Amino acid sequence: MNERIFGIFSLIIACSYIYVASLTQLSFISDPVGPKIFPYMIGFFFIISSIFLIIKPELNPKWPSLYRFLEIVFITIVLIVYAYSLPTVGFVISTLIATFILSWRLGAKILEALIFGLVVSFTIYFLFHNVLGLSLAEGIWGF
Amino acid sequence: METFSFLLDGFSVAFTLQNITLALIGCFLGTVFGALPGLGPANGVAILIPISFSLGLDAASSMILLASVYYGAMYGGRISSILINIPGDEPALMTTLDGYPMTLKGRAGEALTLTGISSFFGAMVATVGLMFLAPQLVKIALLFGPAEYFALFVMAFATLGGVSSNNKAKTILASAIGLGVSTIGVDGQTGVPRLSFGNVHFYDGIDFLIVIVGMFAVSEIFIFIENKKIDNDKDKKSIIINKILPKLSIIIKIIPTMFRSSLLGFFAGVLPGAGASLGSFIAYTIEKRISNKDDTFGKGDERGVAAPEAGNNSAAGGALVPMLSLGVPGSGTTAVLLAMLMTMNITPGPLLFKNNPDVVWGLIAALFFANFVLLILNIPMVRMFTKILLLPPKYLMPIVAMISFVGIYGISGSSFDLLLMIFFGLLGWVLRKLNIPLVPVIMGSILGNLMETNLRRAMTISDGDWSYLFQSNVSIVIWMITLLGFVLPLIFGKKIKDQINKLKSKS
Repeated sequence: MNERIFGIFSLIIACSYIYVASLTQLSFISDPVGPKIFPYMIGFFFIISSIFLIIKPELNPKWPSLYRFLEIVFITIVLIVYAYSLPTVGFVISTLIATFILSWRLGAKILEALIFGLVVSFTIYFLFHNVLGLSLAEGIWGF
Repeated sequence: METFSFLLDGFSVAFTLQNITLALIGCFLGTVFGALPGLGPANGVAILIPISFSLGLDAASSMILLASVYYGAMYGGRISSILINIPGDEPALMTTLDGYPMTLKGRAGEALTLTGISSFFGAMVATVGLMFLAPQLVKIALLFGPAEYFALFVMAFATLGGVSSNNKAKTILASAIGLGVSTIGVDGQTGVPRLSFGNVHFYDGIDFLIVIVGMFAVSEIFIFIENKKIDNDKDKKSIIINKILPKLSIIIKIIPTMFRSSLLGFFAGVLPGAGASLGSFIAYTIEKRISNKDDTFGKGDERGVAAPEAGNNSAAGGALVPMLSLGVPGSGTTAVLLAMLMTMNITPGPLLFKNNPDVVWGLIAALFFANFVLLILNIPMVRMFTKILLLPPKYLMPIVAMISFVGIYGISGSSFDLLLMIFFGLLGWVLRKLNIPLVPVIMGSILGNLMETNLRRAMTISDGDWSYLFQSNVSIVIWMITLLGFVLPLIFGKKIKDQINKLKSKS
């Protein structure tokens, strides 16, 4: 994807932004400006700058290889699953697994990553929960 | 004299056991964040805000913690610049020019000590400057009404990136994204839901802390995943530091350098949209022009490492002036610090100085204290940080990720917020690939609501007459600075960028 394609993409977003802003239902009391004008102003600059990117692209960014790209997708999925497993599985276990996968994908050996995951998840739990008293996700087992 | 009695009160705020501990932790963490290539002051502060918020620290304590991180990172950035020729953060780029050649000559220890001293000097000048200048600027700020504030916010965006940014389209695009995000949620003035797609999660708007942590911490993870092989090979070099203490004559030689560079850096920092990178750039180029008589710059001249370090530390302090007294940040890190204050329901500006003097003066006192701590951390104990430099990303990044998750989850306990954070992380990654700056996005999401509120207040006063925005003398001046700040970089930006590249390719 070069800058031009991104410009087209952001132009579409900008237009839909303005469209959605225009759907805002007005309340019967309002100030002289109302809730729509400011988004319209932002949308205007959004559109102008998108058009500039389309007309005058600057560089061709270097995108990662397909393999690396899939890896980024994979990590994204891991993080999303982690976010949603926190309330049920609890902090310690889900953090252990997420840290393990992250450091493994960043180049640690499987055993190293596993030990590291254990260390990180228990240290953070101890430090933030026991020492600092921060509320971490509890999950069904309470930790 | 009034200033000193305020400062004494400040010391009584700063010198509680809790705040001293926080300053110590902040200095240490800050130096670590600064030293690690790829993480800088903005990342460090971003990761710690949600934590300090969840811990229930009061505003003065959080500010002390985060500002110590900020100052610490400005010190720490030089370590990797000097030792492995990779700037630890952006402002430390200029330090590589003479710092790494010194290392090649076996003078790494001396370079670290000299830059430590100049960082200290710069930060001291800036903190004193902050102490005297901020209250004066507050007096001017009292003249500001909603119209002037709106103009001021526009100025903050128009001047972002300083003189070196010549692609204004990208800055505007990034600002529009950030401001767009801020308009999501129930409209504060009329109470109607706006751009919320009927989703309850969006009614309260998107917390800017989520945007900040996503952009500054999570996007970093994706960058590392993408570049992992390259990084692992680079870290193979071993780091040797021999002699730490330079000769006294060398220290005396750099005193005028430190003095000049600190003053230049401070003013660069106070200027809208400039920040620490510009401070170190100006300090280095001017110093080179003055002192490069024997063509020693770029080959390991001591003044060439002292100048940018004094410059960037002093600019970092200078950048706090407009943030505290006007509520208008000029750089990424000060924007994040502003976000922290706003999360605590504190609006910077004249009201902050009047209603929460403990925050302002406690902060200033803590900065003085932090400076001495940092001097000790960064000269006698610098070896400890050079070990941290060798911490490979495979261990570093998962820690960053988990702390980000803990912080954001701690605020709301909502998985949806984490999902949003991941989304902003991905968005940040794409924007960075396209060379679109992230700071305007962050600033937009932080300042958007204030900007709109001021605009609508101004319009309510004038009963819908838009020319009101340009009526007072103060606002005319601000609009003119805005115009200049927007146009000048288009003319000179290319030249300055070429110059930086020239300096870089020479080294």
